[in-house]
Amino acid sequence: MTDSTAGRIARGRPSAWDRLRINRNWLGFWFMVPAGIILLAFLAYPLGKGVWLSFTDAKIGRDGTFIGLENYEWLGVPWSSDSDGVFWQSVFNTLVYTGFASVVKFVVGLYLALLLNQNLPFKALIRSIVLIPFVVPTVLSAIAFWWLFDSQFSIISWSLRQMGVIQTNINFLGDPNNARASVIFANIWRGVPFIAITLLAGLQTVSPSLYEAATLDGASKWQIFRHITFPLLTPIIAVVMTFSVLFTFTDFQLIWAMTRGGPVNSTHLMATLSYQRAILAGNLGEGAAIATAMVPFLLFAIMVSWFGLQRRKWQQGGSDD
Amino acid sequence: MTTLDRRSLVKAGAALGLAGAGGLNSFASAWAQASPFKPEPNAALNLLRWKRFVQAEDDQFMKMVEAFTKATGVKVNVSNESFDDIQPKASVAANTGQGPDMVWGLHSLPQLFPEKCVEVGDLADYLGKKYGGWAPAPEATCKHKGKWIAIPVAVNGGYINYRISAVEKAGFKGVPGDTAGFLELCKALKKNNTPAGFALGHASGDGNAWVHWLLWSHGSYLVDEKEKVIINSPETAKALEYGKALYETFVPGTASWNDSSNNKAFLAGELFLTSNGISIYAAAKAQNMTAIADDMNHALFPVGPVGKPQELQLTFPLLTFKFSKYPKACKAFVAFMMEADQYNPWIEAAAGYLTHPLNAFDANPVWTKDPKNTVFRDAARRTLPASGIGPVSEKAAAAIADFILVDMVANYATGREDIKGAMAVAERQAKRLFR
Repeated sequence: MTDSTAGRIARGRPSAWDRLRINRNWLGFWFMVPAGIILLAFLAYPLGKGVWLSFTDAKIGRDGTFIGLENYEWLGVPWSSDSDGVFWQSVFNTLVYTGFASVVKFVVGLYLALLLNQNLPFKALIRSIVLIPFVVPTVLSAIAFWWLFDSQFSIISWSLRQMGVIQTNINFLGDPNNARASVIFANIWRGVPFIAITLLAGLQTVSPSLYEAATLDGASKWQIFRHITFPLLTPIIAVVMTFSVLFTFTDFQLIWAMTRGGPVNSTHLMATLSYQRAILAGNLGEGAAIATAMVPFLLFAIMVSWFGLQRRKWQQGGSDD
Repeated sequence: MTTLDRRSLVKAGAALGLAGAGGLNSFASAWAQASPFKPEPNAALNLLRWKRFVQAEDDQFMKMVEAFTKATGVKVNVSNESFDDIQPKASVAANTGQGPDMVWGLHSLPQLFPEKCVEVGDLADYLGKKYGGWAPAPEATCKHKGKWIAIPVAVNGGYINYRISAVEKAGFKGVPGDTAGFLELCKALKKNNTPAGFALGHASGDGNAWVHWLLWSHGSYLVDEKEKVIINSPETAKALEYGKALYETFVPGTASWNDSSNNKAFLAGELFLTSNGISIYAAAKAQNMTAIADDMNHALFPVGPVGKPQELQLTFPLLTFKFSKYPKACKAFVAFMMEADQYNPWIEAAAGYLTHPLNAFDANPVWTKDPKNTVFRDAARRTLPASGIGPVSEKAAAAIADFILVDMVANYATGREDIKGAMAVAERQAKRLFR
């Protein structure tokens, strides 16, 4: 601080800048600035840039010109015969993929969490083993599944043939519905541990005294789960399912390593189609439009979780309705 | 455009004479003295190339680079990227004006940014005159408005790979040269439980290669000479009918195949006819799978109703960016690698994986030493550019990368769409690209 400014402060007439620097209310703002800059530079800017690209005809390595909504117009609406069939198929695939996988992951994950919350021998070891699918790099597990489901070399087909159950190989990845089921299965296998372990952490925060009181009152196991465990777990479920839905909806690696969107685009998700159009075919604007089209779906998923699962009044101290 | 005169030709001839006596390095020194393409003093180059598939090819290429450095003092730093990553990196370099001096890419890469590429007409003329002229499609791929913007260094050929015993058992002496006979062969193979199979999944190389042959050989093209979309045509309908009949003879699962699936199935003895580069044969030999290597051969793609070869082979253009500080050194390097004394041992090491675009290299022993390599010799002459009969442009490359035609054939062959529906989907996507 220079003598002159010190003098001004001493005289009780600080400049606007001095007031901003020393005001306690502004202090909080200053502390937030670094985090704000990071958020702007690494989250808001790329997102904004992506949305901007979707309004241009940019190609890789070349800035595009503004073309308004043209990219979106080409994607069209699903009920029109003049819409981008591949795009709408990818939307359908993404919804089916996310819906099926998320529900099954939740049910299996919750079941596993309840199981692991019991007093089992080798509890720590079993809990670590459950985490393995989540720890293995996605591409590695995807390649393993690719072999498991290979049309010529599938160990599943081979075993069933040896046992005399089937005569010819199962066409896992060559038939549209089989391929969808196969990639959904791989996603479930990979995603269950995340949900199981997170819900397990939630279960352990439930006070044992509640269970004791319920048991003394003669509550059945189902009643205990329905009226104690589940309500107390709801906030965790909301968070974990939000993340799970977001991860599943934006999945890329599993699909790319296993099917590249095939056969005949029946496993193309919005993320993989966006990559194919933007990076491989070089049409950044169109790819960005597909990626941007994911945002409303993701916002919807977040809203459902926030306003649906977390609206219970008891969380704010009121009674549950 | 050529800067070649009689004196420099004589000098180059002298250099070649000297090369016969010494090894690569002695040739290189003599060449450096005589070549009309002289690098800038203290030049250093960065070259980005696609990641090798044949180790021996890469080894020989690096020997060539070393010899060039010894002879001229120009250091060449070579980096590798997978096929899919070359185009994005080259595009960013072109846009930002920073990055490798030279990029060795795929298909019509230089057409993405023709104004950013150094014009190399003098070099192309020099090489063309000296080595029997360029094959038409590689030349078209590297020319923009009549000017050379890259040098087509090589072509990667893909052809019919088949098991000799299975084809003979099906009652054929070899693979028929016409599409009708070819379909009969595939039907007979299926009947004998020794099926054929072509990749119909998102296989950038194998899927696109056979699908383009299927359509082009029936006179079906995505766009005409003026880039008007003409895929919705009676010819396409006929090609799709033929494709479906062919698909019905395939081993199950081809709709899911990627570029490696047919290699695996063929080497495992589950697949008896497919389209591929020479890599299956090379792998069979390298892994001492003599039962397969001895019993397999290659054949040209059959000629369809249009009556002439219509194939899509992969051209590898090598371009120099204008932002390079050493454009002369880049030209000198390309001139050096395409001279017979470098080029011959190099394509020999590639063992059929790389085909020359310059006619004089037909005489390379790699094409005759093993008769099973011979069909790959003609890949550069038999291919059309990636754009078919349309003008070479980035749009054609984008259509290939977006699998528009592969999906069209798969849509109809697998019964997902009828002919009209399959063509309409492709037409709409193509109109979007070629608008």
